[in-house]
Amino acid sequence: MSLFVSNDVVGSLNTLAGGLFLLCAFGIVTMRQVKGCLQLFIVQSVLLAASAVLLGVLFDSWHLLAVGMVNLIAKPIVIPWILRRTLHEEIYTRREIDQVVNIPTSLLAALALVILSYFLTLPLLQDAGAEIRGVNVPIGFAGLFLGAFTLAVRREAVPLLIGVLAMENGAFFAGIAIARDLPFIVELAIASDGLILVFVVGVLTRAIHKHVGSTDVGALAALKEGSGEEPGS
Amino acid sequence: MTLFAVLALPLLAAVVCWATRDRRVALASTLVSSLAVFALTLEVMFSVLADGQVTAIANAVAADALSALMLLLIAVVGVTAAFFSWGYMERMSNESGRLWFYYFNFNLFVFSMLAIPVLVEPTLVWIFVELTTLCSAMLVGFENTRAALEAAWKYVTLSLMGAAIALLGFLVLFAAMQAAGGDVYTWEGLVTAAPRMPPALLQTAFLLILVGFGTKVGLVPLHTWLPDAHSQAPSPVCAILSGVETTAVLYVILRMLPVLNGAPGLDAELWFVAFGLVSVGTAALLLIQVRDYKRMFAYSTVEHMGIILMAAGLGSAAAHYGALYQALTHTLTKSFCFYAAGSALLATGSREIGAVRGLIRRSPAAGAAVLLGGLAIAGAPPFAVFLSEFSIFRAGLAEGRYVAIGLLVLFIAIGFFAVLFHVNRMVFGKGPGVPSAVRLPASCTGALAVAGVLVVASGLYLPAPLHDLLQRAAAAMTR
Repeated sequence: MSLFVSNDVVGSLNTLAGGLFLLCAFGIVTMRQVKGCLQLFIVQSVLLAASAVLLGVLFDSWHLLAVGMVNLIAKPIVIPWILRRTLHEEIYTRREIDQVVNIPTSLLAALALVILSYFLTLPLLQDAGAEIRGVNVPIGFAGLFLGAFTLAVRREAVPLLIGVLAMENGAFFAGIAIARDLPFIVELAIASDGLILVFVVGVLTRAIHKHVGSTDVGALAALKEGSGEEPGS
Repeated sequence: MTLFAVLALPLLAAVVCWATRDRRVALASTLVSSLAVFALTLEVMFSVLADGQVTAIANAVAADALSALMLLLIAVVGVTAAFFSWGYMERMSNESGRLWFYYFNFNLFVFSMLAIPVLVEPTLVWIFVELTTLCSAMLVGFENTRAALEAAWKYVTLSLMGAAIALLGFLVLFAAMQAAGGDVYTWEGLVTAAPRMPPALLQTAFLLILVGFGTKVGLVPLHTWLPDAHSQAPSPVCAILSGVETTAVLYVILRMLPVLNGAPGLDAELWFVAFGLVSVGTAALLLIQVRDYKRMFAYSTVEHMGIILMAAGLGSAAAHYGALYQALTHTLTKSFCFYAAGSALLATGSREIGAVRGLIRRSPAAGAAVLLGGLAIAGAPPFAVFLSEFSIFRAGLAEGRYVAIGLLVLFIAIGFFAVLFHVNRMVFGKGPGVPSAVRLPASCTGALAVAGVLVVASGLYLPAPLHDLLQRAAAAMTR
């Protein structure tokens, strides 16, 4: 399939996609608006799909091309659609959101996580053919860690959900390079699982908004040891 | 065919709930399907005992002894929880107009759990573990109170975070299998390929899966959501969450054990023992200071998950037998404990230990149930938990793991006294002493009686087929 461009060019494009993917993960940690978070997640998902397609060209694998297509439909199109249906006002009313730690500190911590993931994945890349995996695996791990970090520093429901989705993006970004023969049916099932995830969390967020009055889930901190009890249930 | 029927019945019941949106029809379909699933899992158990394995689709849907054991545990709690829900939800729920939705989610939740042991493809298993979270989220937050929604939110975000980590683990595991030249991504295929897997890949995969699914099992330090979710959910849901959901996810981690033992130079069992002991110890200390009796039983779940994980890491077939026996006794006893806690909540309307003193005078049935459940789960003889803990103790001594076993006994003893201290205050403490006007609904008393008989009987007598099943399941882990 590599008739038009050389493998080097495809490899470089994949590296570019990886770099931008990582940049998006940083943005999701620090973005000040709910809508901005969502848009960055969409861009990140497109980059994930692009990397899958590029690797598909590189390895002559129709399977990876199909994975890229599934990702391109499920994440940048269907997930925002579900969110718009369930949580419109949460996202599209212009709102500033806060973090538990300030932005420079969280950027530094995020940077440390990226370096950590690079060293953690070094032992996985010892054998032959590691050039491509050398891009995708450390960046995928970093995406996973940065998503988890987003969960730690965010307090609002929608950015937290996006943190979970960004973690899955990270897992897949590594996955397309190391597990590229995974049965296609499994990929489809995982993608539809992601849609159920967004739907359920969306409905739960709406219930919280309705019964608690805000989606600042970080402020929900009544349940701990020694606290009084609430009647009911 | 039986395996398909086991999966189809709860799904069918969920469709009925959704289609009719009537709480009576929803309840009836739930009761019928849970009883039928129980009968079918017994059939699966006997076919496994006869043939060693039941295969519906090769390399996709099959059950061996370990799977059959898990199916049986899920089905038993499914039946008792369905019957307990009947009276409990009618009486307690503020949301009685949405009860069909409760049963809809209940059936989906049971379906997603039943799928975990019968699927043999690890990534498909991952999908259903994630689905258990998504199907039970609405059950945990069903009452729509602030506390219930908070618990549901914590439960969902932490479990999904863990699931994403485990997903990467399963993808790395796939890469490890391919690097070893294996081509069937099943538990069996992994065991076969294990000796040739690159140790770095296998170890990374295992640690990601242990941390990811450990979050959902409630292993310390990732247990923080568990006491919230397992105390705020309606009591029959707590029984499922604590009794079988944690065990079903732990089953996935246990499936990794023969793979890890097949690979040379990995000291994976040390991780099992260390993670297990930390969980048991932390939970035992946290048990001392609880004020809410449902949280007490939730922390006890963390403790027991730690015991099972640690026993699985001791290595010998006898220890694996002990671990699975512990899973069995914990499931039977813990589900009963939550029915007892639900009855106490029905009788007194309070979840605080300090507010329900003298329960035995206020509601003899609830008081006796809490006493029985507390004694049984703390591990007092002659109950089954004592026997399973003792079998782990013996297996550990036979292996010469004196330090680990010594610590385990110490932590179990702390947990024992903590639970009995609280239960004693609840049941016999000086309280108002006014008999409660609340009579327990007949279905609740029935479910309590059935679960209670199972708790008592399992301590006195382990049926031969069950013993056989445990031994074969332990052998499957030991390979």
